[in-house]
Amino acid sequence: MATDIAVVIEHLEGKVSDISFEMLGKGRELAKASGGRVLALLLGRGVKGLVSELGAADAVILTEHETLAHYTPEAHKQVLAAILKARAPRVTLVANTAMGMDLAAGLSGSLGWPLCAYCRDARLADSRLTAVSQIYGGKLLADADVEGPSAILSILAGSFPAEAGKAAGSPRVEEVPPPPLDKPRIRFKRLIRPEAGDVDITRQAVLVSVGRGIQSKDNIPLVEELAQALGGALSASRPIVDQGWLPKTRQVGKSGMTVKPKLYVAVGISGAPEHIEGMRGAERIVAINTDPNAPIFNVAHYGVVSDLFDVLPLLTEKLKSSN
Amino acid sequence: MNIVVPVKMVPDLVEELEVDASGCALDRSFLKLRINEFDEHALEEALLLKAKHGGTVTVLALDTGEVDETLFTCLAKGADRAIKITGAFQEGVSSHAAAAVLARVLGSIPHDLVLTGVQAADDRDGQVGILLATALDLPHVSVVSGVDPAPGGKAVTVRQEYSGGIMAELEVDLPAVLGIQAAREAPRYAPVSRVRQVMKTQKLEEIPAPALEAGAGSTVSRLAKPETGGRAEILEGSPEDIADRLLTILSERGFAKH
Repeated sequence: MATDIAVVIEHLEGKVSDISFEMLGKGRELAKASGGRVLALLLGRGVKGLVSELGAADAVILTEHETLAHYTPEAHKQVLAAILKARAPRVTLVANTAMGMDLAAGLSGSLGWPLCAYCRDARLADSRLTAVSQIYGGKLLADADVEGPSAILSILAGSFPAEAGKAAGSPRVEEVPPPPLDKPRIRFKRLIRPEAGDVDITRQAVLVSVGRGIQSKDNIPLVEELAQALGGALSASRPIVDQGWLPKTRQVGKSGMTVKPKLYVAVGISGAPEHIEGMRGAERIVAINTDPNAPIFNVAHYGVVSDLFDVLPLLTEKLKSSN
Repeated sequence: MNIVVPVKMVPDLVEELEVDASGCALDRSFLKLRINEFDEHALEEALLLKAKHGGTVTVLALDTGEVDETLFTCLAKGADRAIKITGAFQEGVSSHAAAAVLARVLGSIPHDLVLTGVQAADDRDGQVGILLATALDLPHVSVVSGVDPAPGGKAVTVRQEYSGGIMAELEVDLPAVLGIQAAREAPRYAPVSRVRQVMKTQKLEEIPAPALEAGAGSTVSRLAKPETGGRAEILEGSPEDIADRLLTILSERGFAKH
């Protein structure tokens, strides 16, 4: 019976991502219940130095190869599939990130193991695995009984404390050569960094963020005026950027920026998990939304269930006259 | 380039979602469905690629209910073919099952590029596009914005979005499956009159789904709204009252003078 818990370590440019520590911490908890070990799976080239950060694992399975120098979904999946097939851990934790998404579902398809995606939690009791997925834009949680001896869970960032997975130590390292790799059909070309020049929203003390509730590009100045009255900057959720109404540099969330301002005002933002991931660290959060069940109210300190067009101009006016 | 876009209907998240008496599934009796918003981006990217480089765009949908109008809308936007895959999908379908059906159906549809939405609101057991790619043994890249044919015509150059605004540029051999995060332009709008016209002049193709045994590998035992300890303090009253209260709160915390 499989008992080990495998954690796929995500890293970029020589830095282990926080989500990896979150998963290591959770992995420790699951390993206690399963009576197995925590195996950290570390792939790359010249990444052996990262092992010292993975003290929360019992062992690090390290595969280094030229083809793994940069992340590509194909080569990483192929190597992980070979390792996982050989070790057959009880649970494999993969980050539900841009990198992890291809791996989690790809491995589920390749290995024929169940996958529960968007996991916020997982429990093992009497060898029964329950996964808790956050679905429908964060509006509902689904507990699921997972079949089979081995399963894959993709974990939403921010689900577990990263501190629990940050332990000093020098876990045993098993160096595993990669399987014979196919001729790559996906080739890394380059990393593209965000263009400088616009406002750096990660450095602002006050952000007023606009979402889909604004309805039209013509209404954005309403929100911008509030940002100005508060001495802050205007940011946005993904749909606004996708519409081309504001530049990518203003996007808060999973595929945008992670921000931690002193004040974050969310205007017409429902609070999909991808957005909340980018702003949950703000000190004070005020949310204005027409939907009383919008997930944004689960992270906000103050909520206004109202039409933003009613409240916003009044608030801006009052702020201006009080200044 | 032959581009295939599988689209999916999902519950409209603007509406209230109710859990049924079993406590394990959505109450579908009043459920309003709409096209997955990321699929609209996948279609837009496909149409932009076709406009610039030629080729065809074929849209596929499993008949999960209310798909006809969505498929006609795709035709009105400029898709060449729209195919409804019929079968018992009205109670919802897992991503693993949907991918298995689509993989089989794609056996008879030419495809250089399959564009799916990066994710959907209900893909609890993973993203259909990736599972589909794995079933077809095709390369797949998710969270893509921006697709361009690479020189030589046998590959595409894509941008995969990481966090912090960093993106990786990858070259992907065709055929391939890409999970589209955002099209380079906002998805186009098809006027209702145009959709009505298409409904009168064009037909949806229908393909019966093959009988396949594929499931999620897990069973939902409970579906519920998240219990949150730290829910926001909701400010009540007229807009005037609320604005005053917000001003006080912001002033107390030093964000405004009062």
